[in-house]
Amino acid sequence: MSRRNGVGYLAAFAVIGITVVPLLFVILGGFRTTAQINRAPAGLPGPWVWDNYIEVLGSPYFWRLLGNSALIAVVATTLAVGFGSMAAFALSRYAFRGREAFYTLFTLGLLFPLGVATLPLYLWLRQLGLLENPLGVALPEAAFSLPITIVILRPFMNAIPIELEDAALLDGTAKLGFFWRILLPLSRPALATVSVLAFVSSWNFFLLPLLVFNDSTNFTLPLGVAMFQSEHSQDTAKILAFTALSMIPALTFFVLAERRMVGGLTGSVKG
Amino acid sequence: MSTATSARPLTAPSSHAPRAGGTPRRSRTRTRLELALLLAPGLVLFVGFVLVPIGVATFYSLYSWNGFGPLTDFVGLDNYVDAFSGDVFQGAIAHNLIIAALTIIVQLPLSISLALLLNRKLRGRTFLRMVVFAPYVLSEAVTAVIWLLMLQPGGFVDQVLRGAGLGWAVQQWLADPKIVLYSLFVVITWKYIGFGVILLLAGLQGIPAELREAAALDGASSWQATRHVVLPLLGPTIRVWIFLAVIGSLQLFDLVWIMTLGGPANASTTMATYLIDHGFKRYEFGFGSAVAVILFIICFTFALLYQRFALRRDTDGALTRAVN
Repeated sequence: MSRRNGVGYLAAFAVIGITVVPLLFVILGGFRTTAQINRAPAGLPGPWVWDNYIEVLGSPYFWRLLGNSALIAVVATTLAVGFGSMAAFALSRYAFRGREAFYTLFTLGLLFPLGVATLPLYLWLRQLGLLENPLGVALPEAAFSLPITIVILRPFMNAIPIELEDAALLDGTAKLGFFWRILLPLSRPALATVSVLAFVSSWNFFLLPLLVFNDSTNFTLPLGVAMFQSEHSQDTAKILAFTALSMIPALTFFVLAERRMVGGLTGSVKG
Repeated sequence: MSTATSARPLTAPSSHAPRAGGTPRRSRTRTRLELALLLAPGLVLFVGFVLVPIGVATFYSLYSWNGFGPLTDFVGLDNYVDAFSGDVFQGAIAHNLIIAALTIIVQLPLSISLALLLNRKLRGRTFLRMVVFAPYVLSEAVTAVIWLLMLQPGGFVDQVLRGAGLGWAVQQWLADPKIVLYSLFVVITWKYIGFGVILLLAGLQGIPAELREAAALDGASSWQATRHVVLPLLGPTIRVWIFLAVIGSLQLFDLVWIMTLGGPANASTTMATYLIDHGFKRYEFGFGSAVAVILFIICFTFALLYQRFALRRDTDGALTRAVN
């Protein structure tokens, strides 16, 4: 047993190394100068240089992109989770003709990944006059997050005992009141899961913003990182600092929401 | 994934609906209103931004159109014929298929081993899980920039290899047409391995420890117990992972676009980079729409076939179960 665990720890160290080293390369590289990096790409900072990080943090551009990304992600998540939970409620707690057809329609969306639809979407958004507009990115992202939101929420809402609903209706609560005051609070774990999924996919999305935004002040962070890289290709140190700083929001969010995220994924494939 | 359609029968019976006061007719109207109120926003959003664009693209794909002015130049299926008969697009399809095959051949065993490892009672297991999962949260753009810099000629990777006495292994990682696709695959693996591990870990947790113990009592070695007890029970999870991995491979874009733009000499072009390169950058919107439709049909066909032949066994499985 202990020999097996020995092999296990060895493998674990290898995994940590392979995963973490590229991240350290970025973070530590930001504390060096480009000359130092060119001389020894795998070296450590010495002396430590703070200028790169200070410069990026002091530039309004970085904060602007951060704000753009946050705004789009918040709008997309709110719409997806808001509309998604309303639809999931209708599809789980009402009986009406065509209910399964509606549900199937939404689940069909799981087969239409946003990447495939981006060019048609771009043409469509152009027609709607939504280019260079944060909504032009947030609305499609919300639309494409709806299917998974509904697929996760419906069984969850379905599992909440009918007796609770009966009791609430007997007490004179309207059905929508039951939804708002009882069902939604009870669905909090599932709501958290779908929110995290919608937020992260919006935060990281690259292709749609790439087409929709031409004006660099509208860019989101992933777009900004890629653009910064190609525009400052001689200044490796600054690219690394910019990239390191743009990793922080995603990683922080991940550490905070890790349990929900992993829980959501694990829950979704309980098979 | 569309096992979703075969969801469990619902429990809310219709007798519950018309109870809140008033005559049955009034309450039925009221229920209709509520339903409209609840469903309309989601439907409008979904139809408006998911279904309509795809329908519109199918229409555009029959025209030769540069994106401006009216659609007058009807070309029928010429755009499709052109796409399929071009070397670059054929190459792009091949690249996507190679990535998909490599993903299954390399990432699946790797994910399973890592998941089995992380399922053991090691110290710092929670930390280890977080570390493995971390690259998955980074955007592909960030991942691409990191590895673009690390794989520069004479850069981090080259220096580490030389330092380890493996100088002969150094390559033009992103500039050699014979190697570039495999370099990209390594980056993809780095980024996405955590996702497979987490899925499989979840699957492993659903397997009672007693089953392994029983196998051990019957004289099965640890490997035999894994091979004949654990792996078959992981089947549903593995099939879902394969589905997601293949769909992901077919749509590969961000990493390739930022790291190589499909180059050198189209050696790493994927269907999606081809689509954006032609449809967007060169203003061939009719042609680009045709490529989008092709890409969509390929994904859709795969999804249907896979659903029919592989996922069928897990009728109630996968996403329909959701969070309970």
